[in-house]
Amino acid sequence: MERTPSGASGSPRPAHGGLRDDQVTGAALAVVGALVALQSWQYPIGSLADPGPGYLPFALGIALGVFGALIVAAGGRSPVFRWERFGDGLKGLAILAGLGFAALALEQLGYRITIAVLLFYYLGVLERRPWITTLVLTVIVSLGSHYVFARLLRVPLPIGLFGF
Amino acid sequence: MLETLGSLANGFEIALQPQLLAYAFAGCVIGTLVGMLPGLGPLAGISLLLPGTLGLSPTAALIMLAGVYYGAMYGGSTTSILMRIPGEAASVMTCIDGYAMTQKGRGGAALAIAAIGSFVAGTLSVVGLMLLAPPLAEFAIRFGPAEYTSLLVVGLIVLAYMSGSSMPKMLAMAALGLLCGMIGMDVMTGYARFTGGVIALRDGLGIVPVAVGLFGISEIILSAAKAREVSVRQPKLAELVPTRAELKASVGPIARGSVLGFLIGIIPGSAHIISSFVSYGIERRLSKTPERFGSGAVEGVAGPESANNAAASGAFVPMLALGVPSGPIPAVMLAAIMIHGVIPGPLLIAERPEIFWGFIASMYVGNVVLLLLNLPLVGIFIQVLRIPYRYLYPLILTLCVIGVYAVGQSVVDIWIMIAMGFLGYGMRKLGYEPAPLVLGMVIAPLLELSFRQSLALSGGSYSIFVARPVSAALLALALVLLALSVRTALTQRADWRQRLGLEERG
Repeated sequence: MERTPSGASGSPRPAHGGLRDDQVTGAALAVVGALVALQSWQYPIGSLADPGPGYLPFALGIALGVFGALIVAAGGRSPVFRWERFGDGLKGLAILAGLGFAALALEQLGYRITIAVLLFYYLGVLERRPWITTLVLTVIVSLGSHYVFARLLRVPLPIGLFGF
Repeated sequence: MLETLGSLANGFEIALQPQLLAYAFAGCVIGTLVGMLPGLGPLAGISLLLPGTLGLSPTAALIMLAGVYYGAMYGGSTTSILMRIPGEAASVMTCIDGYAMTQKGRGGAALAIAAIGSFVAGTLSVVGLMLLAPPLAEFAIRFGPAEYTSLLVVGLIVLAYMSGSSMPKMLAMAALGLLCGMIGMDVMTGYARFTGGVIALRDGLGIVPVAVGLFGISEIILSAAKAREVSVRQPKLAELVPTRAELKASVGPIARGSVLGFLIGIIPGSAHIISSFVSYGIERRLSKTPERFGSGAVEGVAGPESANNAAASGAFVPMLALGVPSGPIPAVMLAAIMIHGVIPGPLLIAERPEIFWGFIASMYVGNVVLLLLNLPLVGIFIQVLRIPYRYLYPLILTLCVIGVYAVGQSVVDIWIMIAMGFLGYGMRKLGYEPAPLVLGMVIAPLLELSFRQSLALSGGSYSIFVARPVSAALLALALVLLALSVRTALTQRADWRQRLGLEERG
């Protein structure tokens, strides 16, 4: 779902000091911009009249650096940066770790086994659902989705080392 | 006019073929579900369905994906009204008065008004699309690379300006998106940039893993952390009939919402979201009893719901007439038809009339399908919401893996999706919008190509961008918007965009 276009206008002003959200993120963007500009300089830049492959990335890197600096400059009124706000990030990392496993395993283990392990991890390990429900769902979804995508929609799905 | 009607008749011949009708129907059903489920907005939904359309004709693919898009607009209203959960962002405004109506026992009527408003707005705006797109395309045939460069630049700046968020933040996201779009081979020389030696990156970042990661995965991470069981109250069939007074009060908001939504839809930006905010604000201002808003005013449902559906059609005008996406959703749809070898641009309507008119006719059909689908079957649809989120999100994630892998047959795309999911999560937490990033990424190759072609044409002189009147006018508009933003930032005054945001909160 997209963010609603309300901006940060309604955020309460923090009572004490410390680095602000926009100061941290603006600085990060400025660093990314500088790195991009440096890297683009390695590519053929061309000239103003005849730009090469490095020209626009270089210009955009500089622009990103400038926007980052502007965000830092105007960032004094944004909320104080706190790591606690990312408390739900641990579960997020666990969810992403599952997807990382899928990326590593998909072409090695094949579609059906990878999806079965992935679902078992999410339902059984992360969400601690009852084992029977987890197993039944794991089998039905991995085989059923394979049937729908590979057979009905003819989407080529990977077959792994076990030929499955 | 006769020519238009003749073309439309041909379009209906195409759209009413049983097979295409089935795709429109399937798109609408999937879209309704996508709109209802938190964690799957229209953009992630369309991106995920993209691989399923690879085996279809371009017309069928476009019809099905468009069905998902406006189906999601319908579906989003159901959860907003019954549960105060906006299934997708455009339904945020509907939550306020829609849910208040549910608490008063008028939830059924609110659903009916939302469906009727969406139907009327959807149908009217398709008429607008049908009348406006062909002449605009004819005008744009004369566009050269300089005009396209300026058009794309102004598109990004309008998107940044319309959001009401901080302009430097929006422009930074647009610049980051443009840079992401430049990963891979240079469009003119074939030189590989920012690939880090990964061969799969030579073709660039795919729109599907980026869109699914930024909009889908990040939303799932946020929702899964606060997953809670919800109780759904199912309205009885008899409650679905609005009273005469409710219908009368809705006529004006639906008419205004339709026109307003369509016009905002044409402008780049997250049009369907902005239009519903603007419509709500206008209806409250026009009302003789604005104090009713927030406690169950039917106008607060009728206006925004009509506006967001009309905007969905309005967004197709620049996409079909110019081949230029006005936001991330049309960008993904453009990518979908390009996969089928169709070249978008002003020549599309003249060269592939079956796609354009078949699509237009299917939108009329889709609106009827959605009206018939949503009102009587609302009871069935909301059963899906009874599935606890802790069961639902693993299934959605599985779908994400399949969908993203299937487009390019590459696990690198899954890694890109994961990275974008992580980035999207951080962006949401820290007040950055993903829309300009996605739009920037999609238009980057076209922007770079037209920019360098313009300079090649002019012998290296930048005056080509101001010597051509259309290009000069577009750049002037971009400068005016930038100047307005700078003034707002310097004077620290809340202008209409922020006020809109504040109203939404209040």
